[in-house]
Amino acid sequence: MNMQTTTWVEVGTLSDIPRQGARCVKNGEMTIAIFRTTQDDVFALEDKCPHKNGPLSQGIVHDGCVTCPLHNWVISLSTGTAQGADEGETRTFPVKLDGETVLLGL
Amino acid sequence: MTKRKLVIVGNGMAPGRMLEHLFEATDQYDVTIFNAEPRVNYDRIMLSPVLSGEKTYADIIIHGEGWYAEHGITLHQGDKITEIRRHERKVISEKGVVAEYDKLVIATGSNPFIIPVPGSDLPGVLAYRDLDDTDGMIAASEAGGRAVVIGGGLLGLEAAAGLKMRGMDVTVIHLMPTLMERQLDSSAGYLLQKELESRGIDVRCEANTKQSLGSDKVEGVELADGTVIDASLVVMAVGIRPNVALAQEAGLEVNRGIVTDATMKTSDPNIYSVGECVEVGGMVYGLVAPLYRMAKVAAEHLAGPSDAAFAHAETPTKLKVTGCDLYSVGDFAEGEGREDIVLRDAQRGTYKRVILKNNKLIGAVLYGDVADGAWYNQMLVSGEDVSEMRDTLIFGQAYQGGGSVDPLAAVAALPDDAEICGCNGITKGMIVTAITGKGLTSLAEVRAHTKASASCGTCTGLVEGIMGITLGDDFVIPAAQGMCGCTTHSHGFVRRMIKAKELKSIPAVMQELEWTTAEGCAKCRPALNYYLVADWPGEYVDDQQSRFINERVHANIQKDGTYSVVPRMFGGMTTPDELRAIADVADKYNIPSVKVTGGQRIDLLGVKKEDLLPVWADLNAAGMISGAAYSKGLRTVKTCVGTDWCRFGTQDSTGLGIKLEKALWGSWAPAKLKLAVTGCPRNCAEATCKDIGIICVDSGYEIVYGGAAGLHIQGTTMLGKVATEEEVMETVCALTQYYRETGFYLERIYKWAERLGYDHIKEVIYENLDERKAFAERFAYSQKFAQVDPWAERVAGAEAHEFSPMATLNMEAAE
Repeated sequence: MNMQTTTWVEVGTLSDIPRQGARCVKNGEMTIAIFRTTQDDVFALEDKCPHKNGPLSQGIVHDGCVTCPLHNWVISLSTGTAQGADEGETRTFPVKLDGETVLLGL
Repeated sequence: MTKRKLVIVGNGMAPGRMLEHLFEATDQYDVTIFNAEPRVNYDRIMLSPVLSGEKTYADIIIHGEGWYAEHGITLHQGDKITEIRRHERKVISEKGVVAEYDKLVIATGSNPFIIPVPGSDLPGVLAYRDLDDTDGMIAASEAGGRAVVIGGGLLGLEAAAGLKMRGMDVTVIHLMPTLMERQLDSSAGYLLQKELESRGIDVRCEANTKQSLGSDKVEGVELADGTVIDASLVVMAVGIRPNVALAQEAGLEVNRGIVTDATMKTSDPNIYSVGECVEVGGMVYGLVAPLYRMAKVAAEHLAGPSDAAFAHAETPTKLKVTGCDLYSVGDFAEGEGREDIVLRDAQRGTYKRVILKNNKLIGAVLYGDVADGAWYNQMLVSGEDVSEMRDTLIFGQAYQGGGSVDPLAAVAALPDDAEICGCNGITKGMIVTAITGKGLTSLAEVRAHTKASASCGTCTGLVEGIMGITLGDDFVIPAAQGMCGCTTHSHGFVRRMIKAKELKSIPAVMQELEWTTAEGCAKCRPALNYYLVADWPGEYVDDQQSRFINERVHANIQKDGTYSVVPRMFGGMTTPDELRAIADVADKYNIPSVKVTGGQRIDLLGVKKEDLLPVWADLNAAGMISGAAYSKGLRTVKTCVGTDWCRFGTQDSTGLGIKLEKALWGSWAPAKLKLAVTGCPRNCAEATCKDIGIICVDSGYEIVYGGAAGLHIQGTTMLGKVATEEEVMETVCALTQYYRETGFYLERIYKWAERLGYDHIKEVIYENLDERKAFAERFAYSQKFAQVDPWAERVAGAEAHEFSPMATLNMEAAE
């Protein structure tokens, strides 16, 4: 059996991230993008578009999705899946708020 | 049998309601109430109508003196409990009254949060919490003057509206970008702000209070940006804090509020707590509905064994400001598998949005038309499957089975004096009069008779809309292509409406033009941001989150996520010092590639994002600014060496190129804009395939434009010949401005010129000297706000979040 344990790591405060924007968390070799929506919800995706590894953290955030800055793929913030006709999936991470503190689940 | 002793600390709405339930169930208690306020239980949520003068204190009393007598309650008014002795089961009041209890209920409510800035203790700075505060505000309003309300939430806006009705001038200061951001999304927040502003209330969002000014009493408020607002009254309505001091001193478990279990029992089994002071299930509450549910649960447990338990439920929010109808309930944030349905009616100023998940309604935001709020809430509570009525859900209960959106509503809503055709100054009324008076039935006829849309043509969609409204079914509006999936309106329609309706923010455009999505998309948001930047210089605040990454970080993203950096070299001229600085930067930051570009610049490729700021700082220090190689705007002015060196040169092409670049840099345009000045017709600077080119000849300067050398290749077209450098400058600035004002986002100048017609552009910019001058002046005005080096701004600290990671970890991700 494969035991799954989530460690919650403090990565900053909500106000560090602009609304409709993202900030990156570097974890070793991997970069994780933490997104903040207009409604102050937070989401975490690996900072890699399933298409050509574009940095999703640099895209435009709208209606629960981010548009990749390289070739305009639209990726769902909550599921990591490509929208529309494109097919692909980006890894998601659990993320939550404790008051203003942003906690990333690894 | 002796009755048991129930003591209640606090006499607000929650304990009042608890007692009503308790007396219905049992008469086993002798009740004693201590109330710090010197009065009976009144309806605190009706303080706003008291403030506005629509009600009086007498109207909002819940329990009069008679009710306390009838139930044998001992009420200590104006006496506050200062100590709970739990081991003796006694409470002691400020005036020395000692009361024993079998059961104690703490209902101390909440305290207003006073922001800790200088001057908060000055006379004239009030909170908005109880009747004393309300009376204080009414008294202050009688002296007139200006009130500043700090906080654009529910309470603050009710205070602002009330004070306005009392005749004061009112300014609302709100820290967040939109009003009531906890209850409303940005679209509804925009409508609310518009409504309040139309009542003469001055609303300032994203404003941070620095201090209250004054010596003996408050005289004004200073904001963090240095703005000073004179005020004779300051109302703080920034939030509430559960009042937990008494419980804390008594050693009860306290977190944000007094911690209770679902039966409202605190960590002491003989002590209950209800109201705003409570934290139950990790939540604290400020709206009356959950407080009343707490009251009922506590009453049942006091009356006898019960399995009643408090459970969290979504509470709808309403604003009690007469004429501002808004309603929000549930969850309207984004999340997995959620679907938005949005209906906007610009004419009526309404906005409706429902949020579905798994075919169930989970949230609703309504503005203007709130008739269906209860219906949506009912579906939310029942959790019923709404897939059957999904298509008509947004039209409300009355429309089940029918209803449609009118695409012409925004046009119909325009007043007769709204300017439709900016080129010719034609209003909606003039067009309607021509259509009906002259019996016009085609666009060509309307153009011939009114000149509307006969010039640049941007307003064609609007003119067709007006024809549609005026002629009804007799006129079929040709389908224009919508800007994107978020709207059926074309770029031209949207651009013209931004001017005609004076729309000055992205939420305003989306609401007034009935966008079908809540936040737009990566196609329309950058376009709208550009239109607003171009149309309202000095007024519109650039929305960074609606810009593509290159324009947000002022560098070009490369395929590996690194950036390229191009410093500006005016006219393609550089110096040994600049070159040395560039070489040093390339060494210092291990920049892998240095390339000479087609626009006569040096491109540093492969710069890591975290190195952007130090790279810019070093380039700035050597006197260089951003080359804007990433912008939809002025990129480069390429030159040849002209009369300085060339034996064929006819004019100082290098000097003119530098002058042009100095005048044009920083400007945003619909698409990128590249210029060249060549010193003779041999065309070494390749001016004849540029967006705008200048060809120097012995007798003056030929101005050409509309070249393309990308996917599509075409030579330029002649605009006209002028004699002096000054005329070149004015004409180029005017041409650029005309393009900026009427181009569609991402439309290069050659496509724009084809759409408008080269002859027409020549008429406006070259032949009509007054027009040329007016366009050039508008360009110069706009440049006052645009010519700021974005690198220097960011090196100085602007947009700092863009340039560094939020955190650096070294954790193994769970697989």
